[in-house]
Amino acid sequence: MKPAPFTYHAPADLDQTLALLAEYGPVAKVLAGGQSLVPVLNMRLANPAHLIDINNVPGLDAVVTDDDTVRVGALVRHAHLLSHSAARTAQPLLRQALQWVAHPVIRNRGTTLGSIVHADPSGEMPAVLALTDGRVRLRSAGGAREVPAAEFFVGPMESAIADDELAVEAVFGRFPAGTRTGFTETARRHGDYALAGVALAVGLDDGPDGGTMTSARASFVSVTDVPDVLDLTPVVGGAAVADLADLADAVSEAVATHVDPVGDIHASADYRRHLAVVQTQRLLSTLVGATAEEEIA
Amino acid sequence: MSSTPDAQPEARTVRGTVVTTVPRASFDPADGSARPEELIDVYLRVNGAERHARVPGRRLLSDALRHDLGLTGTHVGCEHGVCGACTVLLDGQPVRACLMFAATAQGHEITTVEGLSTPDGELGPVQQAFVECHGLQCGFCTPGFLTTITAYLDENPDPTPEEAREAIAGNLCRCTGYQNIVKAVCRAAELRRGDDPAPDGTQTPPAPTQEEEQR
Repeated sequence: MKPAPFTYHAPADLDQTLALLAEYGPVAKVLAGGQSLVPVLNMRLANPAHLIDINNVPGLDAVVTDDDTVRVGALVRHAHLLSHSAARTAQPLLRQALQWVAHPVIRNRGTTLGSIVHADPSGEMPAVLALTDGRVRLRSAGGAREVPAAEFFVGPMESAIADDELAVEAVFGRFPAGTRTGFTETARRHGDYALAGVALAVGLDDGPDGGTMTSARASFVSVTDVPDVLDLTPVVGGAAVADLADLADAVSEAVATHVDPVGDIHASADYRRHLAVVQTQRLLSTLVGATAEEEIA
Repeated sequence: MSSTPDAQPEARTVRGTVVTTVPRASFDPADGSARPEELIDVYLRVNGAERHARVPGRRLLSDALRHDLGLTGTHVGCEHGVCGACTVLLDGQPVRACLMFAATAQGHEITTVEGLSTPDGELGPVQQAFVECHGLQCGFCTPGFLTTITAYLDENPDPTPEEAREAIAGNLCRCTGYQNIVKAVCRAAELRRGDDPAPDGTQTPPAPTQEEEQR
C-alpha cells in the first residue's frame, strides 16, 4: 500500500525544522529512520498533512559518552550505535539490547531515538532508556527541555513530546562499576516483535562464594504498557549469590505481579507473563554467575 | 483519477522510450476537490549513473526505482519492511526501499540488483552462487537476497553456514526452504575469494536430503 498524499519538507537545519514544527506541528510527522513510521504511513494508519524529513539536518548524528551518560543524537542509526565501541564500553546494555532490534537491514536505517519516541511497548530501546534512568532532550522554537524516561512514556505508542517539539537526543544513564547487565527476549520468528523480553542490571559486591547482590532492577518488553522499572533490590539485595536459588519464588512473584501483559493471537497473557518470569530468572542467574559484563549477550 | 488544468503532463525518457505522465491528483480534505500533487525533483546516482525523477513526496524509493526509472529488478512484496524483497544498497548499506521515500534518497548512491552484474553482463559472485546452488525457485525474493548478501559478504567475507543463516534472516522466501540460499551465501564467499571454482560454472550441488527439505 502507499502513503496518502502529504507535503514533504526537507529542512536544512535545526532552526528550519523547529519553525516547520511550530507552524504545522499538530498535522505533521517527523521522519528520521522511518522504519516504524513508513509502514504506518504505507498502511494509512496515519495520514499527516505534512512530513518533515530531518535526514539533512546537521548536528544530530553524534554519539557522545561522558562519566555519567551516553548521549545519542536523533539521526544515530541502531547499526552505528551497535558498533560504537565507546558507547558499548560505557553502557553495555545498549549493545546487548540493540542486537535484538529487528534485523541488520532495518537497523541500518532505523534510529535509536526514533524507536524511543515511537514509544512502542514492544520496542527494546524504550526499556533500555527506562532501566538506565535516561531522559530525552526536546527542542521547540520556544525553548528546550529534558524529560526523564519515567515521565516520557505516557502510554502505549504515546510519549510526552508536544506537537511542536523535536526529540534531539536520547540520554542514557551509566551504571556504577561492578554492575552487570543483560537483555533477552523471545519472539516467534527471528527479528520479530518480542512476545516478552527483559533488560536487567544487577549490582554485585565481591566476596566469598561468588559475592553478594547489592541491587537488581529490571524493565520489560511487550508485557507492560510503558517500560516502567521493577526494582528487585528488596527481593535479592544483600543476598549471597550462592543463595539465589532460594529466592526464585520471591523473584517470580515480584515479576508476575509487576507485568501486565495483553493476550493476542500470538500468545496469551498468561504465557507472556510466564515468559517474563522465566527470562528474568534465567538472566539473573546467568548475570551473577558471569565473570564480566561483556560475556552476556 | 482526474487531473486539474494546472496538472501539466511531463515527458521524460526511460531507457530510450519517451514516457509522458500527468501528475497525479490528490484530494483536498476540506471539500473533497481534486488538486494536483506537488512534485519534487529527485536526483539519485543509481548503479553508477546519474538519474533524475520528478515525483510526489510520498513516492517510495521502491516505486521510484521501478516506475520512474524503469529498474524493475527491485521487487515489492509486503510494503511494510518484513519480506525484504525490495532491499537495495544505499551508499553500500542494505536498506528497505519500501520504507524510504525517494526524496530522502536525494543525492545518495543506490545499487539495485541490476547493478550487481559486471557492465558486460557477467554475473556477480552472489548471482553466480545462486545459479550454482539452486538458490532460487520463483525468483521473486531473489533481488532482495542478492543485495543483502552482497553487502554482508563485504562485512564478513568468510561466514559459517550458521552466520549465513543469520545474515539472511531478514528476508523471506516462500519456495526454497532456505537450505540452498544458505549454501549460496557460503559459495558466493568462496567465489569472491577466488577459491574452488566449479568445474563448469553450472554444477548443481547434491540434492538436499529429506531431512533438510523438511527444514
